[in-house]
Amino acid sequence: MLLILSGDSELWAIVLLSLKVSLLAVVVAAAIGMPLGAALAVGRFPGRRLVVVLLNALMGLPPVVVGLLVYLMLSRSGPLGVLQLLYTPTAMIIAQVVLVTPIIAALTRQTVETLDAEYAEQLRSLGVSRLASVPTLVWDGRVALLTALLAGFGRAIAEVGAVIMVGGNINHVTRVMTTTIALETSKGNLALALALGAILIGIAVSVTGLVSLLAVREGQGEMRHA
Amino acid sequence: MFGKFVRGVALGLALVSGSAAFADDNFIVVQSTTSTQNSGLLDAILPTFRDKTGIEVRVVAVGTGQAIKNAMNGDGDVLLVHAKPAEEKFVADGWGVERRDVMYNDFVLIGPEEDPAGVAGGKDIVAAFRQIAEANAPFASRGDDSGTHKAELRHWEEANVDVAAHSGAWYRETGSGMGATLNAAAGMDAYVLSDRATWIAFGNKSGMKILVEGDPKLFNQYGVILVNPEKHAHVKAAEGQSFIDWLTGEEGQAAIAGYKLDGQQLFFPNAQ
Repeated sequence: MLLILSGDSELWAIVLLSLKVSLLAVVVAAAIGMPLGAALAVGRFPGRRLVVVLLNALMGLPPVVVGLLVYLMLSRSGPLGVLQLLYTPTAMIIAQVVLVTPIIAALTRQTVETLDAEYAEQLRSLGVSRLASVPTLVWDGRVALLTALLAGFGRAIAEVGAVIMVGGNINHVTRVMTTTIALETSKGNLALALALGAILIGIAVSVTGLVSLLAVREGQGEMRHA
Repeated sequence: MFGKFVRGVALGLALVSGSAAFADDNFIVVQSTTSTQNSGLLDAILPTFRDKTGIEVRVVAVGTGQAIKNAMNGDGDVLLVHAKPAEEKFVADGWGVERRDVMYNDFVLIGPEEDPAGVAGGKDIVAAFRQIAEANAPFASRGDDSGTHKAELRHWEEANVDVAAHSGAWYRETGSGMGATLNAAAGMDAYVLSDRATWIAFGNKSGMKILVEGDPKLFNQYGVILVNPEKHAHVKAAEGQSFIDWLTGEEGQAAIAGYKLDGQQLFFPNAQ
């Protein structure tokens, strides 16, 4: 274990790639999912309940199915094959974006809708329209929304089924923590696989802990203002 | 419109993450089988080729069946697998240019030391399979259309055992790679057919050992094929061919013969 941790540059490259892929995926998923979730929370249109139920269901998208769909899209025989993205980190990011966006969108919808129910009357009385109230509601729910991002990140960094299919687990190119663990397990190197697993859990806990810490500070600052 | 959006996002991501992997275009993708990767062979010999030619070889290691399908989709420049009939069909159907022998090793029957079916020391794989079936002893099959799986099914057929009828009982299809199947066999005290290279390199042997080996039917030939550029214009034919020439040439063959684990040679070069 110590041997693994002590300056193995290859391992650090794998860890960095894992972080890079999953963090970028969360950023893109947030850019799509948060406005989508907020719009769904305050918007009123026929079939809205159905969309909400669908979105909640999509939180449980099976990674292998997403991997297969993204593979079929990006394969040279697929509609986006000309982009030559299969077996690149970009392909892995795309797969994770598909997995994470519904999580962030659904949790954002939930948060904003709860706040909307709480403050709607007050905001309306101040003459703020439903749409214009979104930034206020989002800002107010920012700590809860951070949890949504963390849930998305947790899903992304822990996922193996989709990234192994569209990334190909290519050494030095698309090999990340989860696919390395799968590979070492299949080589029968169970101790090494377990040690890598411990590192992966460590990374996930550190990132989540760091963000949560920031959120708590932010929350306390808020209270002092109030 | 959707396509345009995805393209935009993809381009943005490529720019943001812009690592060397994106910029460097001098690489080929080889669709290969898990045994060449799990045994450590490719990791050992590919750097030599890269240093000589500057061509990076990116290996996608899946079962032979999936590797062939991926290559048919155009998702690879070179195919390096071990199921001769399927490879010859791949070429005959126009997906590949030409098939060349690269190397061989052999399959071995692995099983628990207790050996409930009493097959240890045998030289006849078909007889051993028949004994396992008669004893209803657990057998872990790849069940994934890989080269090893195809070989295993040939032996069952010859032994006149209808394994499909016993699926879920003593015949257990893992549907995964060689290593994962060996892990499963270790956990179930099951018999399992493996290529020798993966077995030697395997780290979790826990109480299992080679019980049957040396039957000529257990011969395991690997072949290499360039994906046909006439089917997929983007195939990097020149680079792919240069890899095939190296692998089947003097240098590549010597590198294959020189790869040893625990003092044992894992693959035996036999290119013509």
